[in-house]
This record gives sequence, structure tokens and C-alpha cells, in this order.
Amino acid sequence: MSGVTAFLTDSTLCIGCKACEVACKEWNDLGDDGLNWSGFSYDNTGALGHSTWRHVKFVEHPPEIGHGGNSPEHASWTFSSDVCKHCENAGCLEACPTGSIVRTEFGSVYVQPDICNGCSYCVVACPFGVIQRNKEDGRAFKCTFCYDRQKVGLIPACAHACPTESIKFGTLDELRVEAKRRIEDLHSMGMADAALYDPVDTSIGGLHAFFITRGDPRQYNLPPQPEIPTIYAKQGWKSAAVGAGMLAFGTLLAFLGGGRR
Amino acid sequence: MKGPTLSQRKQTSDPEIDFLRRERRLEAIRSQALQSGQIQDIGISPAGSPIPMASPTAGYYAIPMLKEPQWSWEIPVYFFVGGAAGAAAVVAQFAQMTGVKAEIVRDGRTIAAVGSVLTPALLISDLGVRSRFLNMLRVFKVQSPMSVGVYIVSAFGPATVLAKVANSLRQHRPGAILKIFESTSGLFSALLGLGMATYTGVLIGATAIPVWNENIDSLPIHFALSGLGAGVSTLQMIGHEDSRSLNMLGIAASLGETIEGVRLETALKPANEPLKKGMSGVITRLGGMLSGPLPLALRVAATLAGERRSRQLVRAASAATIAGSFLTRLGWIRAGHASAKDYRLPLQIDSEQHRRLAIESVKIDSVRA
Repeated sequence: MSGVTAFLTDSTLCIGCKACEVACKEWNDLGDDGLNWSGFSYDNTGALGHSTWRHVKFVEHPPEIGHGGNSPEHASWTFSSDVCKHCENAGCLEACPTGSIVRTEFGSVYVQPDICNGCSYCVVACPFGVIQRNKEDGRAFKCTFCYDRQKVGLIPACAHACPTESIKFGTLDELRVEAKRRIEDLHSMGMADAALYDPVDTSIGGLHAFFITRGDPRQYNLPPQPEIPTIYAKQGWKSAAVGAGMLAFGTLLAFLGGGRR
Repeated sequence: MKGPTLSQRKQTSDPEIDFLRRERRLEAIRSQALQSGQIQDIGISPAGSPIPMASPTAGYYAIPMLKEPQWSWEIPVYFFVGGAAGAAAVVAQFAQMTGVKAEIVRDGRTIAAVGSVLTPALLISDLGVRSRFLNMLRVFKVQSPMSVGVYIVSAFGPATVLAKVANSLRQHRPGAILKIFESTSGLFSALLGLGMATYTGVLIGATAIPVWNENIDSLPIHFALSGLGAGVSTLQMIGHEDSRSLNMLGIAASLGETIEGVRLETALKPANEPLKKGMSGVITRLGGMLSGPLPLALRVAATLAGERRSRQLVRAASAATIAGSFLTRLGWIRAGHASAKDYRLPLQIDSEQHRRLAIESVKIDSVRA
């Protein structure tokens, strides 16, 4: 496991500067998302997508002392930089019919752009809604975990640009320990609601990009019980067998019972 | 949240009274601003707003977490054609094996062959990079229903076309070799046809889209029945209205679809909402009616009616079933879009609790107004 790398994104350190979003776009040469105002929060990016591989969420709460924020009477803010989770068991990787999506030597989930044929099955197979097909280009894209940079020993662009070490990059084992220590620290500082988001007990089997968030993970659009959808395929094939049996026997019976007409 | 403006709401017939009231209203606003430093009333956003708070019940500003399916129009058509062609291949093969009229075998093989050529074309046309279709054949992944499906489609075409060619040649030159050739390729075509008619249910069921995923146990059966109905009905439309066996098969398929319709309507799953509400609900329900109870009634009536009447009834039932089968596929795909857009489901947000909160906030708004 020594070569397996990970992200620890700590929302308690994020200042919402979006340096990671910009650094990611510049390094990976991604297209812009247009200048659209969401109109309901200071987050104008909205969600991850084919051209957005880092996305800073602006989670706004009712005013709460000690919970960050611009001014005490308006709202308390938590920022959290979202990214592809590089699941231990990845829905997109399992679903990909071309073998374009692979597991790299760093343990990350990587879409090989020269193989993807744009069938977009990975889009509906991702339990976090990360990967997306670029309609103009035709292929599906998501965070590469800066595979090119890691290859030459550099850390990912977003982690490099982060000014507060909110995005930590390191080996998976070390960062899991680091996350645990950080949460203990936060609890001792009085942030009782700080928690690690890393669903190890589901079929996902844990993430390679996990998050320290505050309060219910659902307000960060993080599902409480994500599952890798291909685990349901077995059930599906069973009922397909039942359906096929009904079709075959029904046809046979109809011809035997219906005479020669 | 744009309602009528304050002045529109309280308008009276006398313009002078209206004018005075609105002038007085300006004074009231001014004094409220002086006293409290901000204005809270209908039509304006209080200072510091709009800031809808993120919360466990609102998710992340109700932004959908999942991505919508990105398939284009080809895919529901593909599901429909693939289902009908697969079932037609099965019908043709069993018709041959049980020694039913040769015309049913011939026409069944034709429908299957046409469908087997159309399906890969539709599938390729939907791809983002069409020239890379063959990339799907460089690996086989049993855990991916898309991968398994691609091999079913790719093998179904050749087997079905060969069976059709052998069948055609036998019309002119009957012989034992051609017969073996037809029954062998026909057997493969039928086996793969069973896969064609059912695998699409597994394909959409094994995804993160809640409405598809939560119905994975019934979708393959539902799609098999839909395909059987469409395949049999197409056969009857091209000249086999009087086949008793085919009408019986049609009755079985529409009965199955009726039961499935009742099951879907009565299931109390929040994930099934898109099958009942909105445009996807309208399409799914219309598809269900056209492929379930309506053809069932028409086909049962046809068994009791005289010969001429019976043909008309069967033709009507067949037309309804074909339209119903297509609408069913379209409805399920659109339900998938609606389901992906519902932020509550993957976040396991209690919709009843959510509804109550929504009602409360409406009440608060109306009290304010």
C-alpha cells in the first residue's frame, strides 16, 4: 500500500479562495464554465462536472458563534473543496465497458482519454455524481488525481496551490492516521460536530479522497450510504433469468396449446 | 416565488384611494427602515438574503448530487427495437420447433433480422466517439451489464441474420444442410434474443439512479414482457392477425404488463415518484395502459368475436401494444432523468418530513403577507 496516495480535504481549514479550482483548470487545461451567477449562494460553480474537477462548496448555516462566517448576524460559513473520491471500489471503473477507466499504480481511478468511447454508462454508475460526458468532445472526464504530475513525483495541482493546507496530499495510510488525529484535535478545541467522511462500511470500501466536514454530511451533498451500483447486477441477472424463462416457456406453451395456427 | 405585487393584490376600483394607500405605504416602509434598519415584507428580500441555509433536509441548496443520464434519443428506441427483435427471434425459433405455420417462422425471422441490424446502429450512433465502438470488444467485464450487453448485441446480429438467410434460401432450395444451418443459428439467435429482451433492465437497474436501481428486481421481467408484446404485435400487424397462438401470447404479455402496472402504481416507494408524477409519469402511465389493460381487453374480446371483428380487434390491440412498448421505454428513461434531479433520494432525506417543512415555510410566508 506504500505507493497508494490520497487527498485529505479539511473543510475546517478552507477559506473558500478557489485557488484549487483555478489551479486544476490551468494545469489540466480545462474549459471555463461560463460566467453564471447561481443567485442563491456565493457558490457559482454548483457541482463537479466534465470541466470542473475541483469545486469549492459554500455551506451556509444560520449564525452560530465559532462557526466561521463573514459577519455574525448574517450567516456562518463552512467551505469544502469537493473532488472525485477515487473510491476503493469504484462504480465508474466497474461499469466501464471499454476498460478505459483503470486503477493506477497510485491507487487512483483514471479515465484513459484515448480509449473512452463516450458510452456514458459511467455517468449513471457513479454514486457521487462526479464523472460527466463532455457533449462536444464526446468522451467522459473527471479528476485524474494529477496522474501526470504524480508520475514525475509532483503533488497534484490543487494541493500545491492550496494556501492553508486544507487540501493535504500524502499516502493513504498516513493521511487516514492524520485525519483521525486532526478530528481529535478539533473535538478538543470544541468543534464537537467535526467528522470524517469516508464510507468504509459500505460496498464502496472507503475513499482515496476523504473529507473532514462539520455536521451532517448531507448538507455537503455527501450521501450517507453510497453504494457501488454494480453490486446489484447479480440480482438483476437473476430477474433477467426469470424474465427469459417466462418468455421462453410462454412462447412454447402458446404454440403447443394454440395448435398449428 | 413571483406572486402578484402588493399593489396588484390590494387594488380597489377607485384609483384615488389606491394612490393614497400606496403613498401611505411608502411612509410605512420609511419608518420601518428607520426603526429596525431593515425591511421585512412581501416582495423584497431582507438584508443579507437570499441565503438559503444548507441543512440536512435541504441538502446542498437542493442541488442534485447525481448526474443525469446522458444518453440521447437512440437509447429508448434501442431498448424498444432490441426487445421486440429479441422476442421475435424467440417466437420464430419456437414456431419452427413446434411445427407452426412456416409464414410465422419466416416473418418472425425477418423482424428479428431487421431489428438485429438496427440495434448496433442505434447503439453506435449514441456514442460520443462512434469510431471507437470496437473498444467495447477489447475487454469482457462480467461485472458490467453494459459490457455483457454489447457482446449479446454483437452476437445477436450475425446469428439472427444467418438464420434469416438460411430460412430464405430454404424457400427456394429445401435441403437437410440448410435446415440444420437454420435451426442451429436460429437456436443461438433465440438464446441471444432472450438476452436482448431482458438485459436492458439489468443495464439501467445496476446504476446509481434511484428509480432504476430500486426496481432492478422487476425491470428485466417488465422489459421482457414489453418486448414480447411488441414482437408478437409486430408479427400480427404484418399479416398474422388470425393466429390463435400469437393472440394467446399477446394476452399473456399484456396480462403480465397489467400486473406490473398495478404493482408499480401501488408500490409506496419514494423513488417511484417519477413513474407517477410529471411528464415521465404521464408517459410511463400511458405506456402502461397501452401495453397492459387495453390490449388485454381487446385480445380477450377478439377470442370471442367473429372472424372479421376479431382481426380488427387484434390489429387495434397490436398497434396499442407497439406504441405502449415504446412509450414504456421512453417513460423509464425520462423517469431516470427526473430521479437524478431529485436531490432527496441519494441523500436519504425523508420526503414526508421535507414536505412538512415546505408546508410550514409556505404558512410562514402567508402569515407575513
